[in-house]
Amino acid sequence: MLGEKRLKLRAAFFDSVRLFFKNKGFLEVDTPVRQPVVIPEANIVPIEADGEYLQASPELCMKRLLARGLTNIFQICPCFRKNEIGTLHMEEFRMLEWYRRGARYHALMDDCEQLLRAVDKDLTATGIGCGPGGDNFFAETDLDMPFLRITVAQAFDAYSRVPLEQAVREGSFDEVLVEDVEPKLGGGRPVFLYDYPVELGSLARRKDEEPHLVERFELYINGIELANGFTELTDEREQRTRFHDEIEAIKQGRNVTTALPERFLQDLEHLDSAAGIALGLDRLLMVAVNGRGLKEVVPFTPQDLT
Amino acid sequence: MLNASDLRKGLKLQIDGAPYIITDFEFSKPGKGQALYRCKMRNMISGNQLVKTYRSNDKFEKAELEERKMQYLYNQNNEYHFMDTDNYEQLFLTAEQLGDNKNYLIDNMEVEVLFFESLPIDVTLPIFVNLSVTVADPWAKGDTSGNDTKPVTVETGYQLQVPPFVEEGDKIQIDTRTGEYVTRVKE
Repeated sequence: MLGEKRLKLRAAFFDSVRLFFKNKGFLEVDTPVRQPVVIPEANIVPIEADGEYLQASPELCMKRLLARGLTNIFQICPCFRKNEIGTLHMEEFRMLEWYRRGARYHALMDDCEQLLRAVDKDLTATGIGCGPGGDNFFAETDLDMPFLRITVAQAFDAYSRVPLEQAVREGSFDEVLVEDVEPKLGGGRPVFLYDYPVELGSLARRKDEEPHLVERFELYINGIELANGFTELTDEREQRTRFHDEIEAIKQGRNVTTALPERFLQDLEHLDSAAGIALGLDRLLMVAVNGRGLKEVVPFTPQDLT
Repeated sequence: MLNASDLRKGLKLQIDGAPYIITDFEFSKPGKGQALYRCKMRNMISGNQLVKTYRSNDKFEKAELEERKMQYLYNQNNEYHFMDTDNYEQLFLTAEQLGDNKNYLIDNMEVEVLFFESLPIDVTLPIFVNLSVTVADPWAKGDTSGNDTKPVTVETGYQLQVPPFVEEGDKIQIDTRTGEYVTRVKE
């Protein structure tokens, strides 16, 4: 359980994030946590709740709101992913998602840079501090310089033992990313890793000039992944095809039949273009206070409850 | 059989006929990617290290170990001696074999000694042990460092982080699975 100082710091952190988006004209929304259908994703196992599911992300509802005409929206909400337990994972965590209608993914990277600087400034202003060295948030990270932006292909060329195409073909992309590439990302300065192979972005839009890639990016600090954003795929028919691929993969892997999110697909027809991003708030706070695990920043860990 | 989701620090597995203990465990999952279970393991007989990354579909065999209830007697030259209280048979384990478990051993403590093919290789401790604090800095009131913890040393020489109100002479409960402070124990 967190002590009072950390609880105050956490509250100030949430205030800071909210203020940042409100100042930018974003509308805060809150959508249902429990839903009858989930996004079909091969690698995310939903937690069941009385015949329905706890959301793994508010993505479906938020994109439906965009399709109904909203422009810039954000949400802070609990998300749930089964069996994701570790120093940097909890089955329940707090997610920040924001969406910009009419925007592409680079606009979201700009938002990230500004958000982190605002959080750093606001936390410092609390006077609470985060360690024996004083009020030094993001102690090992220079937030003033523009964040680095490198493509997945460049990162694999620089750090990986196998070329990107080979890793994707052999199905070892995740292992190579985790073992070779991620540890090299975001030391001293945050990094955006961008332009993923299309196999790794089932809701992201293809690049016009390189259709084997999607306009997706991740933000890293100290080798820790903090956010995943992309230009949204708004072609309802292509989205349907990609969902079918995911549903097939889920059936192969877990022997579970997953329903298509039909209401989402219907609304997607009315969405022209948008970009959206999900950022793990517990992780961002952990990195801000130079912590080593989520338990240093969450009010209760699962162990505190049993 | 065990699944990847059962993997955690301290779990004992049988790999190619030898018992291994997981000494370091990290769950990782690159965004939208698959779950990966990165394990650092120690061969419980040879002491050799092994690092492996597993996926969620991988299956594991639990190490087949025999357990015998024994009493911890004393430590001499890094040999930790135990006695079977039924037949007074004695044996010892080295500090290397005990790893972190040596941090929680106090005289006369009852433990389970683990045997692999009749060789003693490790002990199983109670999940919670109570140890006396032998060294603790006084709590500086008005400390604004933001730290909610401070370091102390307990009677076995082990150091850990505890809340600032813990003082020298206090007895504290420690979780032997994680090595972390649980609570202060009222005498």
